[in-house]
Amino acid sequence: MKDISSSVNKVDSVIKMSGEAKYVSDIKIDGMLYAKTVRSEHAKAVIKNISLPELPEGYYFVDHTDIPGKNFVKIIFEDMPVFAVDEVNYYGEPIMLVVGEDKNVITDIISKIEITYDVKTPLFENTNSAIDYHFKKGDSKAAFKNAKKIISHDYHTGYQEQLYIEPQGMIGYIEGKKVTLIGSIQCPYYVKNAVISILESEDNEVRVQQAVVGGAFGGKEEFPSLMACQLAVALRKIKKPIKLIYEREEDMEVTTKRHPSWIHMEAAIDENNGISGLTAEVAIDAGANIGLSGVVLSRALIASTGAYTIDNIEVRGDVFLTNTVPNGAFRGFGAPQMLFAVEMFMQHIAKEIGEDPLELRLKYLAKQGDPTSTQGEYRDPIIMNDMIQKAMEMSNYKSKVKEYENQGVSKGIGMSWFLHGCGFTGSGEANHIKALVKLEKDELDQVTILIAAVDMGQGVQTTMKKIVSQILDIPLDQVIYNKPDTDFVPDSGPTVASRTIMVVGGLVARAARQLKDKWVDGEKLLVSERYKQPDYIKWDEDKFIGDAYPAYSWGVNIVEVEVCPVTYQVTLKGIWSVYDVGKAIDERIIMGQADGGILQGVGYGYLEVMNHENGRIKHKNVTDYIIPTTGDTPPMETFLMDNPYPLGPYGAKGAGELTLVGGAPAVALAIENAINKKVKKIPVTPEYIMELMKNG
Amino acid sequence: MASIKFNLNNKETVIEESPTARLLDILRDKYNFVGVKEGCGEGECGACAVLMDGKIVNSCIVPLGTVEGKSIITIEEFSKSKRHKILQESFEEEGAVQCGFCTPGMLIASESLLNQNPHPTDEEIKIGLSGNLCRCTGYNMIIKAVKSAAKKGDGLW
Repeated sequence: MKDISSSVNKVDSVIKMSGEAKYVSDIKIDGMLYAKTVRSEHAKAVIKNISLPELPEGYYFVDHTDIPGKNFVKIIFEDMPVFAVDEVNYYGEPIMLVVGEDKNVITDIISKIEITYDVKTPLFENTNSAIDYHFKKGDSKAAFKNAKKIISHDYHTGYQEQLYIEPQGMIGYIEGKKVTLIGSIQCPYYVKNAVISILESEDNEVRVQQAVVGGAFGGKEEFPSLMACQLAVALRKIKKPIKLIYEREEDMEVTTKRHPSWIHMEAAIDENNGISGLTAEVAIDAGANIGLSGVVLSRALIASTGAYTIDNIEVRGDVFLTNTVPNGAFRGFGAPQMLFAVEMFMQHIAKEIGEDPLELRLKYLAKQGDPTSTQGEYRDPIIMNDMIQKAMEMSNYKSKVKEYENQGVSKGIGMSWFLHGCGFTGSGEANHIKALVKLEKDELDQVTILIAAVDMGQGVQTTMKKIVSQILDIPLDQVIYNKPDTDFVPDSGPTVASRTIMVVGGLVARAARQLKDKWVDGEKLLVSERYKQPDYIKWDEDKFIGDAYPAYSWGVNIVEVEVCPVTYQVTLKGIWSVYDVGKAIDERIIMGQADGGILQGVGYGYLEVMNHENGRIKHKNVTDYIIPTTGDTPPMETFLMDNPYPLGPYGAKGAGELTLVGGAPAVALAIENAINKKVKKIPVTPEYIMELMKNG
Repeated sequence: MASIKFNLNNKETVIEESPTARLLDILRDKYNFVGVKEGCGEGECGACAVLMDGKIVNSCIVPLGTVEGKSIITIEEFSKSKRHKILQESFEEEGAVQCGFCTPGMLIASESLLNQNPHPTDEEIKIGLSGNLCRCTGYNMIIKAVKSAAKKGDGLW
């Protein structure tokens, strides 16, 4: 039998290349109306009065008074209104929809709406903590008390915009009481459950379908639930098909982004120049609503020792509410911020105690059997030593790092080590998601995969089919996997957290083996599998004690840069990566994740600048917010190591986020190597380098 | 309103429309050529790229009036060509398609580049595609695909 990793052509690429693939904005329904959102023009204000113009026939206002259920988007907390009622808490907060046939008429109506605000002083400082977490391992107090030296640094990371090329969009129609929503979404059941809640409807009165998704990166995890709730309310009121598509500026101003963070690290250094203790204090800016920020924070905190084992640690963190656009899920989910801080801190500690950074890092590199930051255990083999050696050979790291260190501002090379916990943090998978998958065989022996996982470009349609076809030993085209439709697929959970192949794919593989055992030619069969956490996985959610994740993927990134000594412009010269994702279900697909993830991560580290001014996002289009282009792309080389994980399908672990999380520290360390100054914030812009050269 | 004559996907076409209408909207809404995507609406991302007289333009910043007397080819028509087939094979073999939203524009950009320069170097490919944003692939595989297509389709461009 063929090695599962050998690549096949992706099953959805032909229709994407001919222009036939239907994304949500391409879908037209007879009699369809358009919707546009009326938004707050202040970061914090009380709405005193809304004066509405007279509507032409066939045009509608939809606002909070039309909501049958409780006015919040069902995510975790009841704190995000579907439509603002009498106050607004961020610039761009939705107040109402205007719906009708002609987009120009809608724009005209919106221009005539007069909203009177009582403007309040917005909060942009980290003072209003909505969630705080705290945990420790060992005795860091003693370590600090007995320390020969204490080293501390503050790190800061900025916003990052997902910048999927397809903006957010949703279209819906209504038949009797049943509302159907088709969207550019990652999580069909998140959307469905949010809509059931807002409409106070029965389960069978809401149907959610995935359109072809033009990129997501977390940006289409929880945000589409807000759009779906608004649209569903409008559908119930107007009873005609309605389309809601964001323009780029609207998308960038009001949709969720990566949380800016402020991370204070302290290390206790003992008499042997060892790191005897470490503390981390993390602040993330949630924006105006909590959303998923608590979960983002916990992933950040758990990553506080990165790929290292430090015995005595104490970690705390806060989710702060501010009057800014709510932040949310983005590939990496808290880990990119923390791993940047950890990798820089290890480098800075080494410099300050006069140790070779590579030697110091190797000394604390996590090994199989070590306790994790939360006193769980790294049960599976860790092959980082081999991976590091491989990456250093590929890039000629050792000689370059010495050569570049003392030659003035010119070239630099940096290396990051990292891990990513696969699947939901803590007990999410076992207690909240409880994924269910089904396989259905028809009389023609065609097998349909029934799961809610969404292909957003990461190739899951192809990889899931490969798993089933290989186990059943049937051709790939005998396996059917349509885009999820909640009327047909069970809730196998959201398409997030690098869980899809490892967790859902693992269940699909088990279901396929079950089907194989029961297989009778020409007969209909339905099999299902539900997630069960391995018994040895224990997690105390309140104390942060135990196995935060069932498995970890690992990686090494090396980035080489050239820094212009006059303009401090940074040019990427080369990227080398080595990953342990257990086993690639399709090597080319993983290579694609590797290329795309690292460039997104490196972009976060040196290029992608986003700020707000008085609560309004300043970088709200692709002219202002710069992402890498082909012109920025250096030669890239990736090497995959096999290290099969017993519970993953064919040994596969998570891969999607892993490829991003090490990018920023690698490029930041490369720049540090080039300029010989301590880099403590990202993105490392020419302006920041100039500041470091003057004062750093 | 004006009467605008142009050749659209190899058909002589006349349309009564405002000359300031965006070509992108006309292609998508009036002719249903929805393979032409709107990514940014300001001429920066290339998702809406079409060929105007064989060269790439971003249809979101082309006022309809400027296409008078010109030929416009969208991905729907280009996909019937042999050159598209070669590009398609190369994009598949190199893994250059992920979410696919930038892909029609990338293929149009590749065609435009190869029309002008049938044997581009890596640097020339990077410059040729630098007006097309992709957030999934990191471009590496797209660059390789164009290089491979130029080789395979030698003589077609």
